[in-house]
Amino acid sequence: MSGSATLSREQLLPSWHGWSTMLSISVADRLAHRGDFFVGTLFRFLPIVTQIFLWTAVFSAAGSGLIAGYSRNDFVAYYLLTMMARSFSSMPGLAGGIARSVRDGSVKKYLVQPVDYVGFLMAARVAHKLVYFAIAAAPFSLMFFLCRDFFPPLPEATTIAAFLATLVMSFLLGFFLEATLGMLGFWVLEVSSLIFVYMLAQYLLSGHMFPLDMLDSIELTQAGFTLGDLVQLMPFQYTAYFPCAVWLGKIEGQELAYGLLVEAIWVVVAAAACRIAFLRGTRRYSAYGG
Amino acid sequence: MISSSSPSPVIDVHGLAKHYRVADKREGIASSIRGLFHRTSRTVEALRGVSLSVDPGEFVAILGPNGAGKTTFLKLLSGIITPTTGTAEVLGHVPWQRHDDFRRRFALVMGQKNQLWWDLPAAESFRLHQVIYRLDRRRFEQTRDELVELLEVGRLIHQPVRELSLGERMKLELIAALLHEPEVLLLDEPTIGLDVVAQHSIHTFLRKVQTERGTTVLLTTHYMKDVAALCRRVVVITHGRILYDGTLAEIIDRFTTHKIVTLDFEQPPSETTIASWGEACERDGPQVRLRIDRERIAETLPRILAGQSVLDVTVEDVPLEDVIADLFRTGRETHDHASDPRGEPA
Repeated sequence: MSGSATLSREQLLPSWHGWSTMLSISVADRLAHRGDFFVGTLFRFLPIVTQIFLWTAVFSAAGSGLIAGYSRNDFVAYYLLTMMARSFSSMPGLAGGIARSVRDGSVKKYLVQPVDYVGFLMAARVAHKLVYFAIAAAPFSLMFFLCRDFFPPLPEATTIAAFLATLVMSFLLGFFLEATLGMLGFWVLEVSSLIFVYMLAQYLLSGHMFPLDMLDSIELTQAGFTLGDLVQLMPFQYTAYFPCAVWLGKIEGQELAYGLLVEAIWVVVAAAACRIAFLRGTRRYSAYGG
Repeated sequence: MISSSSPSPVIDVHGLAKHYRVADKREGIASSIRGLFHRTSRTVEALRGVSLSVDPGEFVAILGPNGAGKTTFLKLLSGIITPTTGTAEVLGHVPWQRHDDFRRRFALVMGQKNQLWWDLPAAESFRLHQVIYRLDRRRFEQTRDELVELLEVGRLIHQPVRELSLGERMKLELIAALLHEPEVLLLDEPTIGLDVVAQHSIHTFLRKVQTERGTTVLLTTHYMKDVAALCRRVVVITHGRILYDGTLAEIIDRFTTHKIVTLDFEQPPSETTIASWGEACERDGPQVRLRIDRERIAETLPRILAGQSVLDVTVEDVPLEDVIADLFRTGRETHDHASDPRGEPA
């Protein structure tokens, strides 16, 4: 007896009309909590201000113009760009929301209706981001304008295009990684501890806390394998460090092309993991619970 | 559409069983700590081999006490869960394969937070249904407007769902479920917690929609008013097995041994006289309610009327609730007896 769900092409790729309606309804849903959303969006800018003060203090204490090859201006520019990248790749509430829908049974409607749950979550998340950027555009612009002197000159068009590509892929990667985490709710009752571990790994290994090339000097083996090399093997860097490094011109030419390819592969791997987790999870849900 | 002259069943179920494993957790801190190292579980047999066939356009009530397996049965028919053993076909599809062709042709309403977006007006959720079920815009708007008018909820569809009452939400859930004109509608306790007016309004609505569209409806409920108002066929499930499958009239005929006779006397008779007619279940001054054996009613009633001055008399069937409660008890006793390893009455 087969309990598996088969997915048709139209389920995986809803029509444009379908996407736009899902999108507009998700936007309406986001705006239903506009007060909370507005305050949350604005206060996200606070940590960057503290980072600027922190690194100013570090540089004045160190008395040196460069730390790990970064000047104070580089650090400030890096953190501002990290904030930009994280605004694409972070998915607040996604994993917890999926796990909750499994626990309270509301996931059932996605099994009964002819709709793909992952596609639906994606449309909702795109809507979430659109509303976020609509609110955050003004403070973002102001912040970048005030900090314009920290940035190097505007990069070439190809670098800007690569940067935009990394941002889009960082959104997809962040989405699929967190959605996969949420799908674990089909197996365990509570995923909040797993989310905490993921967030911690994300914070340390994505470059959110410090530029990851600072880790290149920490050798793990005598053969010269560094902590930086280890971090390179993980997908987290593509959600923060990589886009920033591209804009700042630290990754160029063949290395850039290779980086984009690896990021694309990670997106595909994470999307496949998410799909498999969903199919296996719903099969388990069908067999044991519901 | 299936020919009405020789209808093939819309729902065809054979030997459907569903067993769950549930955690067996005792109360107390010591037990919680023990549970960290050694987990115990037990198997719950929610359904134990149910076979049922439903023809197009039937309105079937699934009755049973709490935990009887009614909701599990609807979940199996809607493909949310897979059975442990047995087969099922709904509209020619195996439900738990969840083909889109199947999912477009049926609807399930389970509770009041089912399909509608909590923070948005129902109109938005309806619009989403139009997209999900790929409904022609004009047809969708026509159906929506008809259903909204039937349930008189025009002013509610533009109000956030969270601000609506239980009854209002259920009405809008029903509309959402019917927008794609499903051929099979599965309803899990749609009138639970609703007041009499809302219940009546939902009865009228379901009856009208079902008659006009020929929808096949399966309804689980604890309210006999739902059954009396809507369903000719009744399936009683207890302990995961079908105990009875037939018409409502047959249930009353088969499972009632008494009639209730209410008499208004000019002069109240003595206790001994009353006891000679039947069992007095209520006495209020000159008014007496009696349970009289059905087979004795034809000879008892003339005897009462001949010997006493009676102002008024009514003869009723035993309330449906009581009949069903007796039936549930019978089911439990049969189950307990079957479960007893000695094969003796418990």
